[in-house]
Amino acid sequence: MKPVPLNRKIRGKWINMAAKDISPSVETVTVKVDGRSVEVPRMMPNWEGTPEPTTVLQACKLAGIEIPHYCYHPKLPVVGNCRMCLVHVGMPGRPGPDGKSPENEDGTPKIFPMQLPYEPQTPRGVIGCATTIVPGMEIYASSPETKEMRESVLESLLINHPLDCSICDQAGECKLQEYSYDHGQAESEFEEFKVHKPKAVDLGPRITLDAERCILCTRCIRFTKDIVGDDSLGIVNRGGYNTISTFPGESFNNNYTLNTVDICPVGALTSDDFRFQMRVWFLKETKSICTDCGSGCNVMIGSRENKMYRYEPRQNDAVNGHWMCDSGRLNYKWIGREDRLSIIKDAKGKTSWPIALKDISDHLVNADKGSVAIVASARQTNEELHILSKLAKYLNAITDSIPRKGKADHLMMIEDRNTNTAGAQLVGITSKRVGSKLSIIKNGIESGKVKTLIVFGEDVTKHGIDTKLLKKVTLIVSDILPNETTKVADFLLPGCAHAEKRGTFTNVKGRVQKFMKALEPPGDALSEWEFLHELAYNVAGLGGFKTIEGLFNQMAGEVKAFKDAELTWAKLGDHGLDVEL
Amino acid sequence: MPSEYKLVLKHVDKTGYTNSISCYQKHGGYKTMKKVFKIKAKKTQEGINTPQEIIRKEVLVSGLRGRGGAGFSAGMKWSFVNRKSGKPIYLICNADESEPGTFKDRQIIYKDPHQLIEGMVISCYANDVNLAYIYIRGEFPEGAKILNKAIAEARKAGYLGKGICGTKFNLDIYVHRGAGAYICGEETGLIESLEGKRPYPRIKPPYFPAVLGLYMCPTIVNNVETLCNVRHVMEMGGEAYAALGTPGNTGTRIVSLSGQVKRPGYYEVEVGKATLGDLIFGKDFGQGLIEGRKLQAIIPGGSSSKVFREGESFKIKTKDKAGKDVEKKIDLLDIPYDFDTLMKCGSMSGSSAIIVIDDSVDIVEALGNLSDFYAHESCGQCTPCREGSLWMAKALKRMRSGQARKADADYLKHIAHNIQGRTICAFGEACAWPVLSFVDKFRDKFEERGAADEARSAKQENKGEVD
Repeated sequence: MKPVPLNRKIRGKWINMAAKDISPSVETVTVKVDGRSVEVPRMMPNWEGTPEPTTVLQACKLAGIEIPHYCYHPKLPVVGNCRMCLVHVGMPGRPGPDGKSPENEDGTPKIFPMQLPYEPQTPRGVIGCATTIVPGMEIYASSPETKEMRESVLESLLINHPLDCSICDQAGECKLQEYSYDHGQAESEFEEFKVHKPKAVDLGPRITLDAERCILCTRCIRFTKDIVGDDSLGIVNRGGYNTISTFPGESFNNNYTLNTVDICPVGALTSDDFRFQMRVWFLKETKSICTDCGSGCNVMIGSRENKMYRYEPRQNDAVNGHWMCDSGRLNYKWIGREDRLSIIKDAKGKTSWPIALKDISDHLVNADKGSVAIVASARQTNEELHILSKLAKYLNAITDSIPRKGKADHLMMIEDRNTNTAGAQLVGITSKRVGSKLSIIKNGIESGKVKTLIVFGEDVTKHGIDTKLLKKVTLIVSDILPNETTKVADFLLPGCAHAEKRGTFTNVKGRVQKFMKALEPPGDALSEWEFLHELAYNVAGLGGFKTIEGLFNQMAGEVKAFKDAELTWAKLGDHGLDVEL
Repeated sequence: MPSEYKLVLKHVDKTGYTNSISCYQKHGGYKTMKKVFKIKAKKTQEGINTPQEIIRKEVLVSGLRGRGGAGFSAGMKWSFVNRKSGKPIYLICNADESEPGTFKDRQIIYKDPHQLIEGMVISCYANDVNLAYIYIRGEFPEGAKILNKAIAEARKAGYLGKGICGTKFNLDIYVHRGAGAYICGEETGLIESLEGKRPYPRIKPPYFPAVLGLYMCPTIVNNVETLCNVRHVMEMGGEAYAALGTPGNTGTRIVSLSGQVKRPGYYEVEVGKATLGDLIFGKDFGQGLIEGRKLQAIIPGGSSSKVFREGESFKIKTKDKAGKDVEKKIDLLDIPYDFDTLMKCGSMSGSSAIIVIDDSVDIVEALGNLSDFYAHESCGQCTPCREGSLWMAKALKRMRSGQARKADADYLKHIAHNIQGRTICAFGEACAWPVLSFVDKFRDKFEERGAADEARSAKQENKGEVD
């Protein structure tokens, strides 16, 4: 099957395929869940977004009851092989010759709990993930019979499962652990020898498989085949010796392999990057955005005591669904690099913020109009770029960003490797052709017209403005890692990685999303918007806000696209909002 | 005392009968097919019945039930096919005869393949099928060769291909060899295997073969013997076929009798006219047990069916001559060998394979042998069967090596109860029922063994060897 793209351009407009709009379906079905009547839509989106008859599992979710499951995933095709979602149901009777179903004395339809046809005293369960509801159905999601079915499935899973909890990465976020705690037996009856399978299989460059822990839910196979379109995982051997494997000799190596680690309910598929690094219950979880490209995939930062341990994708059906690419996921180590800029410097050496900011402000106040140029990275936040843009207008400064392009893949990674090109364009830092004004800036420096250059987050020596030219001007640089530009800066202001501040980005489709702070910046480093705020106030008298929320709301009133969409910081929520580009 | 009623096996095993088309035609082969092609549409009160509908009605009236193991009415199965989807309809002949104890289909395939082909042509014509497959188990390489030769002969004679016998009906049959997996006999497992994938059965709902089968098109899967019987239904007419056998259990069946009888073999009888006793002891059939042995157990319908212990009797509900419901007591050997009575007695006729076990057999060993088979053949897709079948095999292996416990009887039952009714396909029942029934009917043997092993190991411990 061809992979299903999450977003497709239809007639010039991006349509989110993960949650297709269903025309308001007034058709509802009434079922009873644990004795409570609930009305649920008759059709609901399936894993591809197409409306399909609602299943027992979806109905129970709407009623607030979670039916335990392993192999079911809302964004993967249903296979029904783990049998954990077995639930005892009662069905209305078959219509008699008069066309009517049997009724109780009070006229309500008589409900018959399902029994095994060959052993009528034994209740029969149906799998909730694949059984569609019928009007009048009674779902006994918490009855002793259903609990017995869950216990028996858990028992079956645990008999061959290795007792690895103490060394397994998944402990703390393991569904087998959780359901065993809720539904399992305290003592095992198993008297035989467990099945042994390969323990630390190098499945691919980023994945290690522990085949013994695998419960064969096949989520990884379905994800890799149906979402990514790479048919590289399968099962070998028979029966109880079933093992997940790649084709012998092949490697599990596409740009989405680490998503299988997320969806694996147990610790079978592990990330080589995160293996044995940190216990998940120690991790602080912070909602953030990936900065590897302009897609703006929603992530969750896992950090502890100011060290970042991992990214995990965060569900946002309008942007990235449940997934993120491997290159983005592993691109966080630069945040913790030893050579992070952490000392504020001026031409003479180490200085302090009050002194540096005063000197810079004085310099800019006295600068001739039109003698300042600003190169602001399209990886800065909306707020920072907005203040810079306003400052630039006041100073009649030329502004631009640096374009960054890479190879796109067929799913999430796009060509534009700048996180916030759209934001830079909307606030006026750069135009549709990013980087088109760099040559003007360069000529300006050469001719002597430009006497001050402000650079935020870029190494301009790689884009035409070499060190010789930089030495001609007063160079004010803010960055996070050292490069050739920072080496010759007259003022070096250490900035923050996105994980160390709060702010918003606008992705290439116009989605404005906010991200939160997970770590403290090193040394002297400050959030860029904080010192820009002071500069802008000193130089141009711009102010009117005290916090990031206030800054965002002010910006939202000043930038046309944000204003039209009536954005506020609070309204952005966890999933962001769209603006017209 | 009833004797064989040879219908499908009428000419097979006669001296000089070969599997070539000339021999088949000399004995009246393909005449029924030609007769079927001449059936004309009939006008009735409700509208016009097409020839296809007439044939399907005939099969429904005949009461023909599937001969593969489930005993589901063939006419009803054909009626479930979704004919309005616009997708092509496929027919698959399930020649993956793997149920232990069953060896009837191979007789037809090896000795009379043209009967199968004729049955398939008629069935395909009745269901507007233009592409049919015979899925033959990998362990029958000679059978596949024979079938391919027969198909080539049939094509040469104009009985396959485009415009068969001057009609507008096209049909191609291909033989697809399996690779040695019992689960490929499960209809959706077969379809998956035919599509080139691992034979993991599909969940039903929604993947009923009649709606979403091979390549997600409506598909009919029928057993070899069932398709051969279709030819006989059309030859003698549905009502005449229904007159054979007993009501609700019409026609004839080929019984595979094996185990410790004097004359194991395959015998065709009218359904329900011969009793278990007739088949095991009758002079035309098994001719009784080996000298000096006594009956211990009977597995009536292939190894997946529940076992009977000798001396058992049952109380079943039946109808007397006036049609009133009565309760009748029936002894084991008096059970008529049909679909319904065996089910009422708590087992099933399955693939009509009777395995006779005499008193020289260790019951625990026998059950261990069976459970090893099921553990090996489980496909491993769903949790209860994958883990449970191997668990039971391991438990029985332990019991057979002198480490049984008295509690093992209940232990085995607990595992088996965890499996049945909770799996994707009927393999769950197939591996659980032998264990449940053996432990139920022969509990004394299991407990005896457990007690003996526990006593022996206690004695060894008490001897107290100090290193």
